[in-house]
Amino acid sequence: MFPILNKVVWAPDIKQFTISAPDIARKAQPGEFVILRIDDNGERIPLTIVDSDQNRGTITLIFKESGRSTLELGKLEQGDSILDLVGPLGKASNITKLGRVICIGGGVHVASIYPITRALKKIGNEVISIIGADNKKSLILSNEMKEISDEIYIATEDGSEGQKGLASDLLKQLLEKGIKVDMVMAIGSLAMMREVSEITRPYKIPTRVSLHTTMVDGIGLCGSCRVSVGKEIKFACVDGPEFDGHLVDWNTAEQRASAFIAEEQLAIEKFLSGGGCQCHK
Amino acid sequence: MSQIKETKKIPPREEMPVIMADIRINTFDEVALGFSEEQALVEASRCLQCKKPKCMESCPVNVDIPGFINLIKQKEYQKAVDKIREKNCLPGICGRVCPQEDLCEGACIQGKKNQPVAIGALQRFVADWELNNGKGGPSIPGIKPTGKKVAVIGSGPAGLATANDLALMGYQVTIMEALHIAGGVMVYGIPEYRLPNTIIQQEIDYIKKLGVELKTNMVVGKTDSVNELLHDYDAVFVGAGAGLPWFMEIPGETLNGVYSSNEFLMRVNLMNGYRPDNDVAPIHIGERVAIIGGGNVAMDCARTALRLGGKETNIIYRRSEVEMPACKEELSQALEEGVKFTWLTSPIEVRGDENGWVKSIICRRYELGEPDASGRRRPIPIAGSEHEIEIDTVVMAIGQGANMLFANDLPDLETSKNGNIAVDETTGQTSKPGIFAGGDIVTGAATVVQAINGGRKAARAINDYLMGCEETN
Repeated sequence: MFPILNKVVWAPDIKQFTISAPDIARKAQPGEFVILRIDDNGERIPLTIVDSDQNRGTITLIFKESGRSTLELGKLEQGDSILDLVGPLGKASNITKLGRVICIGGGVHVASIYPITRALKKIGNEVISIIGADNKKSLILSNEMKEISDEIYIATEDGSEGQKGLASDLLKQLLEKGIKVDMVMAIGSLAMMREVSEITRPYKIPTRVSLHTTMVDGIGLCGSCRVSVGKEIKFACVDGPEFDGHLVDWNTAEQRASAFIAEEQLAIEKFLSGGGCQCHK
Repeated sequence: MSQIKETKKIPPREEMPVIMADIRINTFDEVALGFSEEQALVEASRCLQCKKPKCMESCPVNVDIPGFINLIKQKEYQKAVDKIREKNCLPGICGRVCPQEDLCEGACIQGKKNQPVAIGALQRFVADWELNNGKGGPSIPGIKPTGKKVAVIGSGPAGLATANDLALMGYQVTIMEALHIAGGVMVYGIPEYRLPNTIIQQEIDYIKKLGVELKTNMVVGKTDSVNELLHDYDAVFVGAGAGLPWFMEIPGETLNGVYSSNEFLMRVNLMNGYRPDNDVAPIHIGERVAIIGGGNVAMDCARTALRLGGKETNIIYRRSEVEMPACKEELSQALEEGVKFTWLTSPIEVRGDENGWVKSIICRRYELGEPDASGRRRPIPIAGSEHEIEIDTVVMAIGQGANMLFANDLPDLETSKNGNIAVDETTGQTSKPGIFAGGDIVTGAATVVQAINGGRKAARAINDYLMGCEETN
């Protein structure tokens, strides 16, 4: 069992847990993820490791309640425990000194870009951060990102914070000004990462994205997470989750992301109507 | 000659009762119900107690088959299962899933003129007897601790067998399992109706009672590395299995509704999709399901698809019925349940609808030519035989390769040409001192009992290695 030591509610549907997991904390590197299972009937939920503290033996996770399992997860409180937690999984982000890098995070995925941004800054890169959200309320980690960035730009779709529009609009404006950029790292919705990759393509700026696909085991057994990258089939869980945004087959990635929408919708409805938890009693 | 005379008097082979096909396809309950005591006694009486038992020779782990059957005749059921356990630590599992027709029962002298003794069913009978009436765990006195520690990677049959044997030799054994539940492919792969999870967990519990520690959620290569394990343990056994699913590398395999057999079975077996109280469909299958492949895994996928509500489940295999690697029993049960077979056919493309879901497969027909390296007749494509089959779900059950995630910090570990770990066949010794391997990660996907054999060999070799180290120290 993995106890939840602290819970932070960023927004009504965005929550943060600090969890005691010494074995994982000892190894966690930026870009890696964990898979957790709330209880014996639970799905295996992949979540990015936002932060880890080797001395305290803790890891931090931030998630948005977007499906039945994350809705259930959000109901847990400090003092509750998670049944299964495994990791760190996936390939760690390649953190090297490149010069000037732009890190773009959208929505809850700002939590995923944060540890990579921090590591890129720490190794000596000049870091420009761009973060976006639907509105001011759902904007997370803006202060934390500010602290580790040389410059930060914010966009919200309703204009309640920063520039009105998308994070990718801000990237476009920066590049149009002619600034020299050595690498762009983007984590957000598939649409956002695709857009970022298309914006940087004509400038030939190396662009990395992190694909959060459906997964079952997360250790290369099932192939549910397969994506087409540079015409090769890759498993996001063991070959990724980071890939070259210019090589990702975005049509396939978007199509595969939709595979379980019908089942998920049914599961959410059952859960919200109170039927979803009957099996746990 | 005297044996042949006796066969005239013996009763016919007892048939194990099974749930009727039309009932069982609506449930994941175990199909085969096991022998009653009366049946077991009649069946045991059929064993001729051969002086040179062929059955025993044909068993990969050489279980004393006449010995345990003789104990059944005397109603000494605990002693019978103890006798099996001397060679096979997973008696209830192997009683269910061993391909006995190719092994012990295939060699049974009774089978020459009559039906062979139902050795698998008898083994299952005593294993189940122990679960229901037994002493609840091992009582093996006087294991002398060696003071040495061994780490076992993977809790499938190879790892469990190694752990079992080493624990009995006095080693302190820790099994590292990457998933949240122990059992490896027996849990995530073999369906509940063939091998119930409770049986697996009870046999694992028995091994844990020998003092074996089991750590789930430990991914060696990520949470821990092999080099770290070598620092904390005196030897490491790798039984990580053949967990890398193969795809055909044909167009359309990334369409929604195309699954590897691992994903398909795992969503059902591992995510409790088989349990009637699970209120969320684990997988979307539609009405028409095509399973590509001809082995036991293909049968497992097809029969699972029927149980999930598939109306039409079709196994598509590029050779003919004769060359299918699946067990006869699996094949006949699949046929009884209404699985359809299309032989000498293989897909060359998967086609999708406008939303990216599978809608059909384009298949090509084959004819059989000369035997290939496997000894089976090679399928040769027939020109112009391409045809389209409408389908909602495709499951690729064409085999698996080695999952080498554990070897992250062992880039120079020697592998064989098919990507499995290269070992000394008699010892399981890898190219790295202190690291041994066995099971599917060495042999490629094979049977539970072969993996047990690999694990047992390695346990003996690890003992030799560590005791040898002792002497030189």
